[in-house]
Amino acid sequence: MRIENRDQLNEISSRMASHMEQTTHRILICAGTGCLSGGSAKIYEKMMALAKECPQVEIEFGPEVAHGKETVGIKKSGCHGFCEMGPLVRIEPAGILYTKVKPEDCEEIFEKTVLGNELVDRLLYKQEGVTYPTQDEIPFYKKQTRLVLKNCGHIDAENIEESIAKGGYQALAKVLFDMTPEEVVDLVEESNLRGRGGGGFQTGYKWRQVARQKEKVRYVVCNGDEGDPGAFMDRSIMEGDPHKMIEGILIAAYAVSAQEGYIYVRAEYPLAIERLKNAIAQAEERGLLGERILGTVFSFRLHINRGAGAFVCGEGSALTASIEGKRGMPRVKPPRTVEQGLFEKPTVLNNVETYANVPMIITNGAEWFKSIGPEGSPGTKAFALTGSVKNTGLIEVPMGTSLREVIYDIGGGIKDDQEFKAVQIGGPSGGCLIQTDLNINLDFDSLKKRGAMIGSGGLVVMDRHTCMVEVARFFMNFTQRESCGKCVPCREGTKRMLDILERIVDGKGQEDDMEHLATLADMIQNTALCGLGKSAPLPVVSTMQAFPEEYKEHIFEKKCRAGVCQSMRTYVIDKEKCKGCSKCARNCPVEAIHGEIRKPFTIDSTVCIKCGSCVDNCPFGAISIAGQEV
Amino acid sequence: MLDQSYYDKADEIIACHTREEHSLIPIIQDIQTAFRYLPPELLSYVAKEIGITEAKAFSVASFYENFSFEPKGKYVIKVCDGTACHVRKSVPILERILSDLGLTGEQRTTADMLFTVETVSCLGACGLAPVVTVNDEVHPAMTPAAATELLKKLKEEAANEN
Repeated sequence: MRIENRDQLNEISSRMASHMEQTTHRILICAGTGCLSGGSAKIYEKMMALAKECPQVEIEFGPEVAHGKETVGIKKSGCHGFCEMGPLVRIEPAGILYTKVKPEDCEEIFEKTVLGNELVDRLLYKQEGVTYPTQDEIPFYKKQTRLVLKNCGHIDAENIEESIAKGGYQALAKVLFDMTPEEVVDLVEESNLRGRGGGGFQTGYKWRQVARQKEKVRYVVCNGDEGDPGAFMDRSIMEGDPHKMIEGILIAAYAVSAQEGYIYVRAEYPLAIERLKNAIAQAEERGLLGERILGTVFSFRLHINRGAGAFVCGEGSALTASIEGKRGMPRVKPPRTVEQGLFEKPTVLNNVETYANVPMIITNGAEWFKSIGPEGSPGTKAFALTGSVKNTGLIEVPMGTSLREVIYDIGGGIKDDQEFKAVQIGGPSGGCLIQTDLNINLDFDSLKKRGAMIGSGGLVVMDRHTCMVEVARFFMNFTQRESCGKCVPCREGTKRMLDILERIVDGKGQEDDMEHLATLADMIQNTALCGLGKSAPLPVVSTMQAFPEEYKEHIFEKKCRAGVCQSMRTYVIDKEKCKGCSKCARNCPVEAIHGEIRKPFTIDSTVCIKCGSCVDNCPFGAISIAGQEV
Repeated sequence: MLDQSYYDKADEIIACHTREEHSLIPIIQDIQTAFRYLPPELLSYVAKEIGITEAKAFSVASFYENFSFEPKGKYVIKVCDGTACHVRKSVPILERILSDLGLTGEQRTTADMLFTVETVSCLGACGLAPVVTVNDEVHPAMTPAAATELLKKLKEEAANEN
């Protein structure tokens, strides 16, 4: 079933689109990593079983189904992004979104919504007393601009035809039949698409460099090694709409005349790997990958490489080394990847989200793309919004959207209506933004000016229960552990910084520790070999700048205001809640708790070893850590 | 010396790839999937078969965190300690699992070869933090109490199979 020309592609697209329209109801069950863990596979099975048993409906499997009865399509979709409310079930054409669905709910959904066109009120999303029947009305979605993630959650992620029905591979056909490779490079350069992986480097410029090389063997590589803790944008694209990204890779390959490409996916994403393999196989079968694509002279083969658990492989030269079967260590540049990348050949290396932007730019033009977001950073950006925020999940907004809009309008504010303390942006290479930064615009240039970076787009929100010194220690521990060991500043410098931070959170901080940290940070930032090493001290530098008083309290007063650092915790008993049962005192290993039966007990903090067994044993929830009371 | 069946399996896996340096990582990943660890003998064997030095093969395998020269337990439990999970208190969950299984110091696999406990940097399921995975199956929104329950369930499951 190869597609041999543009007409056949259009024919499949319109046939499939009208078929999808004619389906009376489409039930899209989210089968992203999040909802699957909530049991969405069982929901899918249950829905299938219900539809099979029901004589009034016919299940739609493909375009060849006979009509006459009501047809129901039951599909496994990719991630909708609203992971907090999962498992999610979307019913089309009405666009109804049911949240926190359980297998027991399927019968009611089927009876009422599919057969009766009624709503199941208790499964609809509610916020501040308002019920939102459709997905588009929910504030979390309403304030977003979903372009890259447009199809995620709305199509069957395992069926190439649904992707084609939504306009998939049309941009590929456009470049193959209407444009020269130079025109493609010109258009992408004109659009000013900047790399979504962290650096923000101009994509079109990169492509032009590769296209210019004398060497004719060239590669296109997709970086899906999304290693930043707290980021899962690329995972969702690979799982939810893999063809958009593959199409982007194909367009890049055509633009620079590459013959072969690799997608490097981290091993922690088993579902993404499975979906990509499936997508590549389907594209090959249709003649959209492989020899003589769409009947033209253009041929391109695409492979998947699984990562093996090394964060540093997110760095370009380390990633290509890993594909070559070597230790994933960055090398000194130049020569740069565009000149001598994979197998020492000119290589285009972009990340998943960047490639997923390309087909839209080809279809709609550079002017359209530049009309979204600020001048220097056009387009949208996907962010993974997590931590102490009400609505966690995956979002997409125009570049330049303010941090306040993201956290309060889309994220719904801080969990338990706490006060916003900080947001960590860009993972271990990023910095933290605080209360006074809430009006900052999230784009490459505004953040750079502020000393932070967009990174890959992780936003981890923190409230007063988070200790900033401990967060800095956490990131330093991460970069230290993941340091490849090639250059001294990163290998030894991060180790020394970690030693100091560990000592501080352990209550053994020394007077000049902050100065030492600053000196080491400066040295590492200026001398490390690769970008990851250079940015490793950023979390420490930015927390020291934003929260110097917390560092000082830890060092001089041995106090942790968030009550996180174990050595500095003070356990307190709430006099109102304590019934004087003595259970805590009996379980205390060091006899630090005293009191009279039926009267409130007290903890002697000079004896207490902060083991927390009293908290676990109190039947009334009367014991808490000072600073952490809700 | 490993049983011949190990080498037969390795041959089968090598046949699915090209005999080149860049096939090393995919081959040893498949071997690790098959045996749940990477027997050092097989690594030497693969090196010889695809024509690279043994030293090179070991330098690569020891570089990446995913490769283990030690056999792992039946259930590989991964506690996510990515930023989102960390902020939502993943450390007490890890501590509870280690103490429930009686693992101390550097020991990460139980003596009965039932459990191996690892921490991972981020599983990309941040919306469900904190998460724990058991043989790649994700368990969302964990607590220390839920972890104890989970271990109990897994132990029962293993007992029923025997």
